[in-house]
Amino acid sequence: MRDEILKELVQPDNLVYSKTELMTDKTLSYCPGCGHGTAHRITMEVIEELGLWEDTIGIAPVGCSVLAYEFMNIDMQQAAHGRAPAVATAIKRCWPDKIVFTYQGDGDLAAIGTAETLHAINRGENIVIIFVNNGIYGMTGGQMAPTTLLGMKSSTSPYGRDEATMGNPLKITELISQLPGAYFVTRQAVHTPATVRKTKKAIRMAFQNQMDKKGGVSFVEIVSNCNSGWKMTPVQSNQWLIENMLPFYPLGDIKINGEFINK
Amino acid sequence: MGDLKLMKGNEAIAEAAIRAGVDAYFGYPITPQSEIIEYLMAEKPHERTGMVVLQAESEVAAINMVYGAAGTGKKAMTSSSSPGISLKMEGISYLAGAELPAVIVNVVRGGPGLGTIQPSQADYFQATKGGGHGDYRMIVLAPASVQEMSDFVSLAFDLAFKYNNPVMILSDGVIGQMMEKVDLKDSVARWTDEEVKENSPWATVGKTKDRERNIITSLDLDPSHQEKHNEKLLLKYADITKNETRIEKIDCDDAEYLFVAYGSSARIAQKAIQLARAKGIKVGLLRPITLYPYPSEMVAKMADQVKGILAVEMSAGQMVEDVRLAVEGKVKVEHYGRVGGIIHSPQEVLEALEKKIIGG
Ligand SMILES: Cc1ncc(C[n+]2csc(CCOP(=O)(O)OP(=O)(O)O)c2C)c(N)n1
Ligand code: SF4
Repeated sequence: MRDEILKELVQPDNLVYSKTELMTDKTLSYCPGCGHGTAHRITMEVIEELGLWEDTIGIAPVGCSVLAYEFMNIDMQQAAHGRAPAVATAIKRCWPDKIVFTYQGDGDLAAIGTAETLHAINRGENIVIIFVNNGIYGMTGGQMAPTTLLGMKSSTSPYGRDEATMGNPLKITELISQLPGAYFVTRQAVHTPATVRKTKKAIRMAFQNQMDKKGGVSFVEIVSNCNSGWKMTPVQSNQWLIENMLPFYPLGDIKINGEFINK
Repeated sequence: MGDLKLMKGNEAIAEAAIRAGVDAYFGYPITPQSEIIEYLMAEKPHERTGMVVLQAESEVAAINMVYGAAGTGKKAMTSSSSPGISLKMEGISYLAGAELPAVIVNVVRGGPGLGTIQPSQADYFQATKGGGHGDYRMIVLAPASVQEMSDFVSLAFDLAFKYNNPVMILSDGVIGQMMEKVDLKDSVARWTDEEVKENSPWATVGKTKDRERNIITSLDLDPSHQEKHNEKLLLKYADITKNETRIEKIDCDDAEYLFVAYGSSARIAQKAIQLARAKGIKVGLLRPITLYPYPSEMVAKMADQVKGILAVEMSAGQMVEDVRLAVEGKVKVEHYGRVGGIIHSPQEVLEALEKKIIGG
């Protein structure tokens, strides 16, 4: 029934967009308005456009995107919380000609998995890391993340993040950019069509680097929203992201081809 | 023909890994097993066989590298000693949950905590009863000689791939550090890429158009699915118990008393048997080779023959619980063992037999 209706509606002349084959038909488990879905889609589009889908192995983290393997139509492995870069290291070492990427949240990558992140990058593993920074632990119900802004409320910083007792938000992307093993480091976003296009370009460059066997990790941070965890509507959360997240986490390339971009 | 070498137990494991066609080793140094990664690094297995050897940033990273490598369908292993094995437990649980084949070596030292770098057998519970979270089992092999350190590497991989399950070689600082003659097996080639895909059709190798994607995960948010998965694991463990239980019987035919001991304690018990028999005490030894599955039936059978059983282990009494479960009160079962890194002497073991079993 649904298929018939779709067939009638979707005629070649009114088709303006089609979903990449590399996204499955499974309904996304993400809250409506969440940036994860867009980040998934453009990652898969890049893999398809570069013709890599028979050669790519993805690593899903622990976090809201734990089920990424349900949506990404490629071979995937789900990693323990924070350990995706170690898992990716081994897969790449075992299949050096395959394309390997991790997809991780900020709690996964910058708290419990800091050591694995740092050392995989320091070894200059030839992998792509896609890092979705929403400043909070989405999956477990909105607790404070290492990236939570000062003063920002979460369920474990109900009066706002306090610098003296909770420390400062961690700019892990700037931190890892210092390592010689970081070949391409960029910070992007997916809250507007323009930023989505830019992010897709950055993801393409990241995978292209790996295909060209350029030395080192290509690291794409995506500053994103967590409307549920932030307790906002999707529109409010995107506005809040512009007003609060982006001033602290400025968008743009940090390192290209192993060289810092001087701003 | 293999070739004869004088080697440390740890070196024998490393050499056996190269010869067994292992694809990847990931480890982090800790005494008394650092010779394994040192030997591997010195041997340049990358040149010999193409094997990957990587010093990880921690035991946590190392086991998760094993998890990743195992997911690619290749033969992956790690080694550590007690505190490091504790750190690997989450990863081992993931391996068991995702049903991945892998080999983990524990060259046990004394604990708890940082403990001592001297030998111990106090990680028996951790190895055989879970250790990590959730209902899972590892196959646990207990070598008692340098020869077995070498032989059990390929055995462990055979079992791991037969059952898609992690296998632990549970050794200790005595076996790891001592030098003995070892007859090394001939090298077998690493699997080719095609063989990997054939032997592990579930592995992450890149999805081709002609098949569904391969997913390696231990997650199922639907409890009814998760229950089915657990039930499937239980059936597998029952199979393993039926098919893979291994034990060695020494001087048991005329035995009136019995030692049950594994690993280095079995070697010490063998010497204690000589001392006992010189005094006219007829004692034998059951040496479990698999600690999971535990050879309970053999222990129970021997309980019908002997007057008493002494479980000898360098711990405060862990395996003795499995002996008691098997014996079901038919005869007296006691434990003897030095703890905290002290190795009991054959004389002490004999005295314990006389005092706790014969005299007691
Ligand atoms: C070892 C371990 N510790 C804690 C958890 C619980 N946990 C699951 S997801 C998560 C936080 C995820 O946050 P983040 O990485 O920022 O991803 P998001 O959900 O925001 O996308 C935590 C703490 C776990 N699964 N495993
Ligand atoms: S909880 Fe937050 S990060 Fe998770 S799906 Fe919902 S909006 Fe996205």
